[in-house]
Amino acid sequence: MSQVPSGLRYSKTHEWVRVMPDGLLEIGITDHAQRALGDLVFVETPEPGRRVSAGEPYAVVESVKAASDVYCPVAGEIAAANTELASAPERINQSPYEAGWIARIRPDDAAAVAKLLTPEQYSKLIEAEGD
Amino acid sequence: MGRRTPLYELHRSLGARLIDFGGWDLPLTYGSQLDEHHAVRKAAGLFDVSHMGIFDVRGRDARALLERLIANDVGKLQAPGKALYGCMLNESGGVVDDLIVYYLDAPGEAHDGLRDGERFRVVVNGATRETDLTWIRSQARGLDAEIIERVDLALIAVQGPEARAQVARVLAPGEAAASLALGRYRAAQIGDLYIARTGYTGEDGFEVMLPAAQAQDVWQRLNALGVVSCGLGARDTLRLEAGLNLYGHDMDASTHPFESRLGWTVALEPRARRFIGREALEAVLARGIDRKLIGLELDGRGVLRAGQRVIAADAGPRAGSGHGQGIVTSGTFSPTLQRSIALARVPAATAGTVRVDVRGKLLEASVVEPPFVHLSTKGSP
Repeated sequence: MSQVPSGLRYSKTHEWVRVMPDGLLEIGITDHAQRALGDLVFVETPEPGRRVSAGEPYAVVESVKAASDVYCPVAGEIAAANTELASAPERINQSPYEAGWIARIRPDDAAAVAKLLTPEQYSKLIEAEGD
Repeated sequence: MGRRTPLYELHRSLGARLIDFGGWDLPLTYGSQLDEHHAVRKAAGLFDVSHMGIFDVRGRDARALLERLIANDVGKLQAPGKALYGCMLNESGGVVDDLIVYYLDAPGEAHDGLRDGERFRVVVNGATRETDLTWIRSQARGLDAEIIERVDLALIAVQGPEARAQVARVLAPGEAAASLALGRYRAAQIGDLYIARTGYTGEDGFEVMLPAAQAQDVWQRLNALGVVSCGLGARDTLRLEAGLNLYGHDMDASTHPFESRLGWTVALEPRARRFIGREALEAVLARGIDRKLIGLELDGRGVLRAGQRVIAADAGPRAGSGHGQGIVTSGTFSPTLQRSIALARVPAATAGTVRVDVRGKLLEASVVEPPFVHLSTKGSP
């Protein structure tokens, strides 16, 4: 069973969002997503300053098996990217919700987070997908 | 639900991620396919390949049937226990399947001097075993050759520098010595186990055919010795690093051995042997081979994958018209080299570097001669 930590919000496309104390949003892919992808070998993180809209691909994760776009759950500006993933992509496999964060964004609308899935809703979604 | 091997329940209890592979439910990985890959390169891993077809062929015409079916020469199999890799071809020279044929024995020989009892064992790909069986039986019509599908046997591959020693540890002392005495591409019935010194990883090791009911026990005893359970994911990265083709990807019924790096498996001598596909291959050789299978190594980041377009670097303005173009047939990330490798079918003149369309970007790749990973060939020949 995949982990779905409480206190985070989720997208239908298997990204998670954490609201940081400074109002930035930390984003990454879920445990369910990393399990489905398998061992990651390359991660392409976005350039800080780049503007992304909700649902737009902002990163690429590539496993031995396949390459996948990662979609931005909320519109905003990239404030920081986890550049350590370039040399250690396995952090996403080992720690998808902590060391494996992909980017931090400054949201256009902080309230947009409330429209994302709750942990309960996301758990139901992946259960329906056979997690 | 797909077909299940005798080890299905064990895979589930080991936490394997199961996928559909040619109609079979098989483990992709038990955790990390990279860890499984490295275990085979550094120590030993074991694979359930019971989905592969095991056919015993016996009868007065068994040898003649295989000489007609296989492009390599079964005449090379004069000593029981010897194994031979080869391809079955269709009349157009396309590859029906690749296989290993083992010469089991000739029990009738001692009695009457006739090889009426010769027995061979053929091991074919899982995805093609039904079509192969139909093909072999259709070619056996009118011959004294019986084909028996050994659904009673499981097939476990134990691969890696420590694989043979580990297998020996689960055998009785006399059997252990017999298994360790096997030369490369040799096999023997040792107790209940038919042990072959063959594999698909580029490493030394064994492929073990054994009664299905014993498979789980042998697997668990090997696990207990530290032999790592490995899935199809690691099997694919290992075989590609070793430069070994995968049927259905790197060759199929529409490609012939000479454009698939398999020319070495075609025995044109003796000329009198009329194997299926021979005339088509002779015509190919007469008019010249226009495509070839090459190895590619990506210089930068990214992963080459099957289906990606290859453009020969010197293709020039005609590149868009289909000249100088090729296709990746197998591609992956090489855990040993830490960069991407691939096999690709390209025009015969291709050399040096090529460009590959990787997710919309044209990336430069070097043409290299497989195997990609140069493996130490430890142990006796």
